[in-house]
Amino acid sequence: MILKPQVNDIKNIGYYLGRIILGIGLTMFLPFITGLVLFREPNCALDFLISANIAIFIGLVLSWLCKTDKELNTGQAMVVIALSWLAAMALSAIPLLLSGHYKSFLDACFETMSGFTTTGLTLVQDLDHLSKSHNLWRHLGPFLGGQGIAIIAISFLVKGAGGMFNLYLGEGRDEKLVPNVINTARFIWIISIIYLILGTIVLGLVGMSIGLKAQSAFFHGACIFMAGFDTAGFSPQSPNILYYHSLIYEIVIIFFMVIGSFNFNLHYQIWRGNFKEIWKNIETRTLLFVIMMVTLITMAGLRRMGVYSDGLILFRKGFFQIISGQTTTGYMTIYAQQFIQEWGNLALTGIILAMALGGCACSTAGGIKMLRVGVIYKAFRQDIKRMMLSPNAVVVQKFHHIKTMFIEDAQVRAVLVVTLGYFFLYGLGTLIGVWLGYPFLESLFESTSAAANVGLSCGITDTSMPAILKVTYIIEMWAGRLELMSVFALFGFFVAYLKGK
Amino acid sequence: MRNFFLLLVLFSVLIIFSSRCYAQAPTSLELINNAKQYDGKVVNYKGEVIGDIMIRGDYAWLHVNDGIIAIGIWAPKTMVQDIRYAGDYHIKGDIVEVSGTFHRSCLEHGGDLDVHASEIKKITPGSLIIQPINRRKVYVGIYSLVLVLLFYALREFFQNK
Repeated sequence: MILKPQVNDIKNIGYYLGRIILGIGLTMFLPFITGLVLFREPNCALDFLISANIAIFIGLVLSWLCKTDKELNTGQAMVVIALSWLAAMALSAIPLLLSGHYKSFLDACFETMSGFTTTGLTLVQDLDHLSKSHNLWRHLGPFLGGQGIAIIAISFLVKGAGGMFNLYLGEGRDEKLVPNVINTARFIWIISIIYLILGTIVLGLVGMSIGLKAQSAFFHGACIFMAGFDTAGFSPQSPNILYYHSLIYEIVIIFFMVIGSFNFNLHYQIWRGNFKEIWKNIETRTLLFVIMMVTLITMAGLRRMGVYSDGLILFRKGFFQIISGQTTTGYMTIYAQQFIQEWGNLALTGIILAMALGGCACSTAGGIKMLRVGVIYKAFRQDIKRMMLSPNAVVVQKFHHIKTMFIEDAQVRAVLVVTLGYFFLYGLGTLIGVWLGYPFLESLFESTSAAANVGLSCGITDTSMPAILKVTYIIEMWAGRLELMSVFALFGFFVAYLKGK
Repeated sequence: MRNFFLLLVLFSVLIIFSSRCYAQAPTSLELINNAKQYDGKVVNYKGEVIGDIMIRGDYAWLHVNDGIIAIGIWAPKTMVQDIRYAGDYHIKGDIVEVSGTFHRSCLEHGGDLDVHASEIKKITPGSLIIQPINRRKVYVGIYSLVLVLLFYALREFFQNK
């Protein structure tokens, strides 16, 4: 029997949702202040003041009407997370819509969902004339969403640790770096802010060395770092990374994309001086192996098509796009149309594979994730061993992720459920794309890019694409970032409300 | 017969004129979509200078956006000295016509799609964009802030009572 949610359940959800919305509103004061003081864009700053006031008002009303002292249970936390990402999308879209650079509210919502989920697909119009404050907001989205919207709430806005771990779980993270979840959330923020400062300085200096003026170099540095480390792929200029025409800039970005796709637990181990973990960890090993495989496939495809006459150029262009796809960042050093016009099916398949598999778990990256790929491989090996050895033999399979663990059937089942969920998402977007008249491979490319939160585009993502496809990609980005579970919980909650007793 | 002759002349003029247009001023999208055909050819490309002009030794990178996509232009430093305005939020950039060699995958620049300029002509000078303060936004911003503060104060008052 399905139990109908009670008023207390709804109040609990409303209270925490209100607190998170309050947090989203408060973050809008950053572009408001910088827009007013630093960039001298008063009209743009006002967009953020208005939007912040709307968000804060909604947050205050919701947390006041639903005030409660109760802690969240797992199901409620999942619903809070799923709803808060939708609320973040809608409220953050207001200043973008007010900028006049988006054709509709749906386009602005697409942009913010793409930002928060660290995807990087964009529907902005005339990006090269977009204000710095709005650009900052576009890039702040991935920085906030990459770490996790709930992480903000856990770190600063919500009291009591009991229900907090459930919120943390709801955003597709299941690893605590330190025993206390609040301290884990704070560590994630500390590590991200330290990297942000270092990354901005490095990219700023490199930017100046390639001819950007100091203010522009550091602004670009901050934006590119936020969208690179958080594997989003937004850029302040329309040619994306092609704008910089610099090998050294590309190498620095590759470094940030890779470390951004590492598990925060691995960062924690490195910070503690445990460098050996990098080589022992199943995720980094799997990541290295997968990158080698997709590099081989993509390079073979590019070679066959004769896209680049020079071997070094082929490697530079191919490898950047592979790392961008694998880490689910979405930065590009070619134009979107070149994927389809020049790269050929084999190279595209390599990139699609990289995007689908994604980066590491508990990171800012999307996709199926290396931990799952590694566990599936180990389970597969275990089953083959079972078949080959005596039926009485006890076959155990170990893997190392921070500590050495034995593979259990329940764990493999959970991994396979999420993996299948991702395949379903990739397939759903592809099907709708094909139904709307787009070619199969292009639809698969774009759908995988959206659901795995990558942001590489072969040209389908455009303001002129049908609204139904925009909505499909929004759902894919949202479900992909939350690793489906919170989205299922939200649907389950609605079903229980309608059909429960 | 005379009509036929006139039609033939008109038709020929149309064909010549249209093919000249295509060859001389392709859009950014045409260049990218037909990169193999244009590779190594001299093209005329028109648009607004946007972003930063990055000086690299005796040369410079600039980006010209024709309203669809911005393409990187590699030009001698002396050639870009006349460009005063590069477009951004505060500035409408100079409109220029670039004549140069189009590269689908430039060997000199790591495979970038670019145009090596042999001539840059400023067609329309850019200007500063004056943005008067939007009074409606000011009122909405202030009123909504007052509403939020009022609500917060009332909420605190009733909660503490």
